[in-house]
Amino acid sequence: MTRIRFQQSLENLKERLLVMAGLTEQAVQRAIEAYRERDLSICEQVSRGEIDINLLEREIDQAALDLLAMEQPMAGDLRFILSVIKINAELERVGNAAKSISERVRHMERMAVAELPVNIPRMATLASEMVRKSLQAFIEADAESARSVLTMDDAVDAMNKAAFKSLVKVMEEQSHLAPQALNALMISRSLERVADLATNIAEDVIFWVEGDDVRHHKSLNFGTEQQDKGGTTAS
Amino acid sequence: MGVGIEVKDLNAWYGANHALQDINLNIPANHATALIGPSGCGKSTFVRCLNRMHETNPIARVTGTVLIGDLDIYKDCKPVEIRRRVGMVFQRPNPFPTMSIYDNVAAGLKLNGYSSRHVLDEIVERSLKNSALWDEVKDNLKKESGASLSGGQQQRLCIARALAVDPEVLLMDEPASALDPVSTSKIEDLIFQLKAQYTIVIVTHNMQQAARVAEKTGFFLNGRMVEFDSTDKIFTNPGDKRTEDYITGRFG
Amino acid sequence: MRTEHKLRARIRALSDGAATGLAVLSTVLVVTPLVAIFVYLVYKGASSLNLDFFTQVPKPVGEAGGGMANAIVGSAILLGVGSLIGVPMGISGGIYLAEFGRGTKLANAVRFTADVLNGVPSIVMGIAIYSLIVVPQGHFSAFSGGVVLGIMMIPTVCRTTEEMLLMVPNAVREAALALGVPNWRSVLAITVKTASPGIITGCMLAFARVAGETAPLIFTAFGNVGRSVKLSEPIAALPLQIYVYALSPYDDWHRLAWAGSLVLIVLIVLAVSLVRYVTSRGVLKGAS
Repeated sequence: MTRIRFQQSLENLKERLLVMAGLTEQAVQRAIEAYRERDLSICEQVSRGEIDINLLEREIDQAALDLLAMEQPMAGDLRFILSVIKINAELERVGNAAKSISERVRHMERMAVAELPVNIPRMATLASEMVRKSLQAFIEADAESARSVLTMDDAVDAMNKAAFKSLVKVMEEQSHLAPQALNALMISRSLERVADLATNIAEDVIFWVEGDDVRHHKSLNFGTEQQDKGGTTAS
Repeated sequence: MGVGIEVKDLNAWYGANHALQDINLNIPANHATALIGPSGCGKSTFVRCLNRMHETNPIARVTGTVLIGDLDIYKDCKPVEIRRRVGMVFQRPNPFPTMSIYDNVAAGLKLNGYSSRHVLDEIVERSLKNSALWDEVKDNLKKESGASLSGGQQQRLCIARALAVDPEVLLMDEPASALDPVSTSKIEDLIFQLKAQYTIVIVTHNMQQAARVAEKTGFFLNGRMVEFDSTDKIFTNPGDKRTEDYITGRFG
Repeated sequence: MRTEHKLRARIRALSDGAATGLAVLSTVLVVTPLVAIFVYLVYKGASSLNLDFFTQVPKPVGEAGGGMANAIVGSAILLGVGSLIGVPMGISGGIYLAEFGRGTKLANAVRFTADVLNGVPSIVMGIAIYSLIVVPQGHFSAFSGGVVLGIMMIPTVCRTTEEMLLMVPNAVREAALALGVPNWRSVLAITVKTASPGIITGCMLAFARVAGETAPLIFTAFGNVGRSVKLSEPIAALPLQIYVYALSPYDDWHRLAWAGSLVLIVLIVLAVSLVRYVTSRGVLKGAS
């Protein structure tokens, strides 16, 4: 097999992205735990972890840029590097969402405990499961698995909408619980963003593996048939 | 204006070596089409079948049909005639060593009987302008020999020489492989401009070059054409694994 | 370690110097005979050179003076006829061998024949032409002399032409063909023209070789003491005249022979230089 060095470089890039993934998953888990336990020290950990995430994002982008310039990647390799760059950015934003959640937890600390009609832990579990699954699809280059992540988004969206409705109702009817409700709403929105980012990651995986750009498939509903651009393939 | 080329069931042999097998493809008019593939895959042989230069080898044989425009080049006309309609530029620049720049460009016309001084002057100037060489040589047309130019200039001289006979198709067999990056860029820019008037077929080892200049690309392997598609598809998402392996350098 | 390097370097320098010295010595050894001959000819022959030599025909034995005008003119005529026969045939043969018949059995036969012809002793050539032309015609003639010289030129011209044409890179031929130029035209206008300096050199080599031939002329041109220029009559030739005079017992004639030898060499050198000069002006500046 030729281009061994290039192959190594691609492996390195993949590994670094997986480290990044690990860090962000950990950040999300910690933020959720901080919410459940109301533990400020965990929030502290999330803030510190954020710095590492940002540094790694820059490193990965630089490495990808270098590969593009030096190795003239084509076809599958090119799509791979492009998807690494995008997933990198999306993971960083997942890290940001985790940080937002932990900020909200800090604020919650000063408020009284309140029973609210939202199941934050359930949403959190779903969202982080989506992230985990999309990254697993990346590791295994499994487009099928990535596609299944896309369908999970609907559930989280529904939960977010329901949360919005019920929390607005709480704010109207029990105005003394408004701060807690607003807090919960913001956390819900962060989790919804995490789920969206997980779908983006899954779409990037599908693009890399199949060369198929499935983004915005809901809004750009031009039909599912791929137009034949007039190419011929011989065996 | 350029014309399209239709190739049907083309087979070519060098003696017993079956160099091209069942080639079928359509080359669009006024576009640049690139042919890529590893050494010995048949792409140069293919191109030489398009202007019947393949036959200059005594043990060469061809079957199948090549239609340039409406003309069946193997049935309807002689090799000499088709070569006036299909020009060729070679890998190593090969200006005629004993001739001046002017005579080089005019060679195709002079040797085919045209002699009107006025007409030749005009055609030489036009051809040199079309090949982006005019400004560099206009003062020395008859004093400098073709061989005294730099490599990149010589290649543009060869392009001018090919254009002077006003072909409809221009075949280029790795035209920039012997040149430095600056000359290569000039030639590539030139191809871009020439597309408007001619149909261009370019054989290249350099995939980035194919990607830069051609709308369509064909991948040849072991005498067969494996895949033929728009260039961006071939280089971002090829249909055949063999194409992908070649393009990403993973051969063998 | 350093001293070892220095020693090696010294040895290298010495052997370099020795090799250079050897090369110079070899050159001197080769050139010396040529220079010596030329100097000797000048010494022996220059004194006999005067206007008479170039304008008068030989005087009868015993009379002083006379010249070799007829021989000079005769050689020129013989070489002219010979070139007219040998050069076109040789070049055509060379073109056939290199451009049209490559690899064919006929080409191999032609090449073989040319090589054999090249090896035939010149006196045998002379006898052959004697049988083929002189005997049927019943007399010696300038024409038969020209024919034998021409035939002797053919192999050299033919083989050199072939070699020079083969040295023209195939890329040049392909460039012409790709322009839609018919093959014959490409060969003549481009390939032959590209190889022409070499082809001309081949012709000059052949010319210089036959200019000094004596033996074949004995049986064909025969020689003539008068100013004959007719092709149907025997004609004088410098080498022939020199031969006859050198073998004679007369001092006068010996002196004329020396002068004739000097003139022969000088004329050959002049002829070759003239051709070189004329053709080098025709080739473009800057062409490699």
